[in-house]
Amino acid sequence: MNAARRLFLAAAAAMLASRVGAQGFAGLGAAVEGFDLPDPATRFGFPADHGAHDAFRIEWWYLTASLSGPDGTPYGIQWTLFRTALKPGGGAGFQSPTLWMGHAALTTATAHHVAERLARGGVGQAGVTTVPFQAWIDEWEMTSLAGPAEDALNKIALTARGADFSYDLTLQATGPLVVHGDNGYSVKSSEGQASHYYSQPFYEVSGQIVLPSGPVSVIGQGWLDREWSSQPLSERQTGWDWLSLILEDGTRLMGYRMRDTGGDFTAASWIMPDGTVDVLPDGALVMTPLRTARVADRDIPIEWRIDVAAKRLSVTITALNDAAWMATTVPYWEGPVFVTGTHRGRGYLEMTGY
Amino acid sequence: MNRVVLATLLSHWRKRPLQLVLLLVGLSLATALWSGVQAINAEARSSYADAASLLGRDQFDRLVSRDGAPINEARFAELRRAGWPVSPVVEGWQPETGLTLIGIDPLTMPAGVAPVADGKGPQIGDFLAAAGLLLVNPDTTERLEDADLPPLFATQDLPPMTAIGDIALVQKLLGKPGVISHLVIDSAAPPGLVPLDQIAPDLVRVAPENGGDLARLTDSFHLNLTAFGALAFVVGLFIAHAVIGLVFEQRRATMRTLRALGVPLRRIVVMLVLELGLLALVAGAAGVALGYLVAAALLPDVAGSLRGLYGADVSGTLTLRPGWVLAALALTMGGMLTAAGAALWQTARMPVLAPAMPRAWARASARQLARQGIAGGGFLALAAILAVVGSGLPAAFGLLAALLVGAALILPWVVAGVVGRFAGRAGGPVRQWFWADTAQQVPGLSLALMALLLALASNVGVGTMVASFRTTFTGWLDQRLASELYLNVRSPEEGAAVLDWVTPRVDAVLPIWSVSGDLNGLPGDLFGVADHATYRDNWPLLSAMPDVWDQLARGKVALVNEQLARRTGLAVGDVVVLPGGDLPVGGIYSDYGNPLAQALITLALFDARFPEAPHLRYGLRLPPTKADALAQEMTARFQLPQGAVVPQAEIKAYSLGVFERTFAVTDALNVLTLGVATVALFASLLTLAEMRLPQLAPLWALGLTRRRLAAIEVLRIVALAALTLVVAIPLGLALAWALVARVNVAAFGWQLPMSLFPRDWFALALTAIPVAGIAALWPALRLMRLPPTALLRIFANERG
Amino acid sequence: MLLTIRGLTKTYPTREGPLAVLRGVDLDLERGESLALVGESGSGKSTLLHLSAGLDVADQGTIRLDGAAVAEMTDSQRAALRRDRIGLVFQQFNLIPSLNAGANISMQARLAGRNAPDWNAHLAKALGLGDLLQRYPEELSGGQQQRVAIARALAARPALVLADEPTGNLDEANADAVLALMLGLVAEAGAGLLLVTHSPRQAARLGRQMRLVMGQSQA
Repeated sequence: MNAARRLFLAAAAAMLASRVGAQGFAGLGAAVEGFDLPDPATRFGFPADHGAHDAFRIEWWYLTASLSGPDGTPYGIQWTLFRTALKPGGGAGFQSPTLWMGHAALTTATAHHVAERLARGGVGQAGVTTVPFQAWIDEWEMTSLAGPAEDALNKIALTARGADFSYDLTLQATGPLVVHGDNGYSVKSSEGQASHYYSQPFYEVSGQIVLPSGPVSVIGQGWLDREWSSQPLSERQTGWDWLSLILEDGTRLMGYRMRDTGGDFTAASWIMPDGTVDVLPDGALVMTPLRTARVADRDIPIEWRIDVAAKRLSVTITALNDAAWMATTVPYWEGPVFVTGTHRGRGYLEMTGY
Repeated sequence: MNRVVLATLLSHWRKRPLQLVLLLVGLSLATALWSGVQAINAEARSSYADAASLLGRDQFDRLVSRDGAPINEARFAELRRAGWPVSPVVEGWQPETGLTLIGIDPLTMPAGVAPVADGKGPQIGDFLAAAGLLLVNPDTTERLEDADLPPLFATQDLPPMTAIGDIALVQKLLGKPGVISHLVIDSAAPPGLVPLDQIAPDLVRVAPENGGDLARLTDSFHLNLTAFGALAFVVGLFIAHAVIGLVFEQRRATMRTLRALGVPLRRIVVMLVLELGLLALVAGAAGVALGYLVAAALLPDVAGSLRGLYGADVSGTLTLRPGWVLAALALTMGGMLTAAGAALWQTARMPVLAPAMPRAWARASARQLARQGIAGGGFLALAAILAVVGSGLPAAFGLLAALLVGAALILPWVVAGVVGRFAGRAGGPVRQWFWADTAQQVPGLSLALMALLLALASNVGVGTMVASFRTTFTGWLDQRLASELYLNVRSPEEGAAVLDWVTPRVDAVLPIWSVSGDLNGLPGDLFGVADHATYRDNWPLLSAMPDVWDQLARGKVALVNEQLARRTGLAVGDVVVLPGGDLPVGGIYSDYGNPLAQALITLALFDARFPEAPHLRYGLRLPPTKADALAQEMTARFQLPQGAVVPQAEIKAYSLGVFERTFAVTDALNVLTLGVATVALFASLLTLAEMRLPQLAPLWALGLTRRRLAAIEVLRIVALAALTLVVAIPLGLALAWALVARVNVAAFGWQLPMSLFPRDWFALALTAIPVAGIAALWPALRLMRLPPTALLRIFANERG
Repeated sequence: MLLTIRGLTKTYPTREGPLAVLRGVDLDLERGESLALVGESGSGKSTLLHLSAGLDVADQGTIRLDGAAVAEMTDSQRAALRRDRIGLVFQQFNLIPSLNAGANISMQARLAGRNAPDWNAHLAKALGLGDLLQRYPEELSGGQQQRVAIARALAARPALVLADEPTGNLDEANADAVLALMLGLVAEAGAGLLLVTHSPRQAARLGRQMRLVMGQSQA
């Protein structure tokens, strides 16, 4: 393995650390010094909070969409821009301590296409601007198409490209932004690790995906997550299972289970079609693996039973493609799922640390 | 049966351990010198390959700026945003450490390009952090122990004196913020992108460098080493051949008996091959070990030469390569079979009852000598033809080879002729016998004499070349380095500040500004020179138009170096293609030691053509006595780094140092070759000594004392060595001429005036002749101390 | 007395221990006289000859040539003795291969400083070598080479000719002819001849015979 690759493995590891758990990424605790910590008192202000938060160490713009072709064939796409800072403060050009990582994926029932881009801040290769809003790395872009009176994320254009796929989509929001946890202060563990977290879960998507076999017009529904923090997760946490489900009745469910050697921690947001949120406490969401598949030499649970007793929800989620493995420098599983049971719908599942 | 046969054959060596030692010494010396040279070459080539493949230079297209100006780093982001998979690189030389610094962006570098870090791989935090780290070759780590640099990590894949770090760090170390030198284009560029010439018309896409210019530049140097290695190997084979020939003769009776006892001939031959194979393996192993030592001892000098001559950084530490060991062993085997070929063939065809004739083996017929002489004449004729019509490096080396082989083949015939003439007009009986017997010894000693001739001739030839070069080079340096001080500044701003201060304090400031580019299609440098007496008075012109300096000052002509003129066939008056426009050639100057093409135009024209060229180097003219003081004052006042102000003497010393190191290797190989030739002579004499006994015993019986006979034997060898030396001197001069007028021209692009150094020949005679005498001394002493019984045994089969 | 040998003993070291080759041999030879030394293989004949030529030194006993004790001479004096006073003919011809027959014949005479071309020519003619003088030893047959060796031994007109089975390599007819020539020429030169042979036929043609048995002389 060449040094650049090896180096980058470490870089990516640092970036993803909070998402995949601190385990195996030693030394991160010390690097927190000098960065801001999430504060429950913080209230979001837009468009500023659509942009980067340089005082924090880690941040992402994370978009997933469940799509269908003209013949009903299901597809899924992912577009993610990660930001991580090696140290607080800025620097001109290549001296900038900010690193950027882009992940893009296109999933079908039989294939999972992945691409990755890496960059550092300062020279303009990757970044985020708020007015007008744009997040980009290389030629991948998430660009606001919203009118001046609207929230910048109300309408966006999204492009990405890999060696064997690309997509070019327009996303129109049909509901408001949604904040998670305590006014956007999202707790990740019983020990108090947390992030700032809001979403736009109401996108109607249309556009074109390009597969190795050719272009396909698609429509579907999308979900954007915005999250930033400085704090690595608890060292006891080995990974997490996160889901975003868009149910046929218009309800959305965001939930996660932090796998913790001292007892799992769960959190969830029950989002009404009008955007109001019920924040569900630890334990309200129960996630039970039903079936695992052998993916990338690991046993990955690709079928789950999801129970939210308080909302009378008991569903099974099943992966569109078991092999939705993100073979990026830090690998994880991320792919579209189908929902069956008391509710029906589609969504995205992310599993890290396996 | 095999075991019995093999044991019987091997028993010979137990009885004659000296022959065994000689055979092994001969073969292992041959292997050692050859494989030592190969090891050096392999090490150097691997360094070149590392340099060539560094950061995928040999693999990926690059984008460079059209005018050689640095590229703003924002261009990188623009290209990335347009979808072009490019990665930025900044390069530069750090005068304080002598390091070539290369800054990369590990985030966008194409996969498989950056070197592997050894041991504990550096962490991203270390690499990208402000303090950063540099990847260097393990050798370089040692050299830089005291340098003021970020932490160093060792990696094998890098050429010496090259450091790779994060682009941000290297920009800072080189004082080039916001600047990149070129962009690497990942070969995985997707289709359908906006063409580069639309989005970056100021950048040029350059194809990967194939094989590396260094390898091409240094080819001639390595060819030189190889030639020496081959020469030594051939000389070593002479030894092996001499010993094997004798051993086979002495074992004829044994083989006859074996066959009489019912061992099939085929089996004997197979066993002989097996035996030789075993011996070759032993000799090869010893040779490889010795070769490794030779290479390890010579490598630092070779590395020094290559660095000085070509700027090629070669690791000073030898790596043991399995392929090299196997090749060396195979070579020894091959050499053994070559040396034993004739003997094996004879054995395979030998009738059962052929008598043993060790004396006949040593006695080649006059016809054979003549035939050999005719072949030698053929080679010499070929050499003459090549000397007249040949061109290019292969022809030049062909000339050398033909010259040496021809002379070696013709030597026994010449010696026999001279000795025969002496024998013809003999005085006393002892003298008559001396010459007659010497004449008869010539064929038996001819291989050893040929080896001696080759060694002596190379000594004379290479010595003459080196001494000629030294004379010319020293004189040339005096002319060429006319400025008392040379100033290198880090930036034009610093330069302006220094010049403001220094100009009133010196007689003249001579800018030395240059750009790199294609000169008549060759890579090289174009310099701008001021119109100043320094150049008019000193510049070493080989040929020029009458008013060349005036024409140059008016911008009407350019001067080109000898390399450029020779390689592209330019003469004064021809038009040379230069960056920024063609000009007629006003003159050709000698430029020893420079592997590249070079041309000069007047400074005004240069400035007009290349206003952006960095103004960083100057020559300062002032009274020599004031130079040191001014240098010190200037350095202190402007806090210039070490090496920014260089006195003329220092550059001269450095240049001469490079020169001496280059030829230190040649000298060492020369001495070693002479050593091997001495061993060859010794081996031949020792093996012959045993056969000589029956020839000497009658003289003893007739009343010559053993002491006298021994003295005559030594005298004979000294006479033969002297005769060989007499032939070797003209041959060596021919060799020197071929080196100076053909090989150098083809390899380096310059011709040297050849001078003669008779004192060196005299010194060589004072070395070679006593050495030959010493080689003859031991056999002679043995003869002197021989108990009479041993001589008596000659006279009777029975002791009755 | 030309050659006087008294109480001569010589022992050679061998693998099985010291071997006494001569155990007290006495011998007298006058100028012009010829003596055949006969005996079994290993009886010490050749050793006696070698000691007489000063090629080797006895353990005990004396060898006097014209009254001078060979044992008391230095190496170079013994070399001079061989050069000036003795002619040697061996079973192995021991010609000098680099010289032609003529040069081989005159070699010792020239070394001794009394080369007489006429005498050489006479010897060559008498031995039937007249046409062969330009030839080199390797171009001569065994009988021819032996005749060259005899000519060489006699060319310097030695006082004593020592011959060790000079015809051992020749067939009977040739051997007889060569011996006859040799005896004639020795007589002509006035030299003493000590000849080792194991052929009774040849021994009978010499003036006297002496038999060696186990290193001792039996008259």
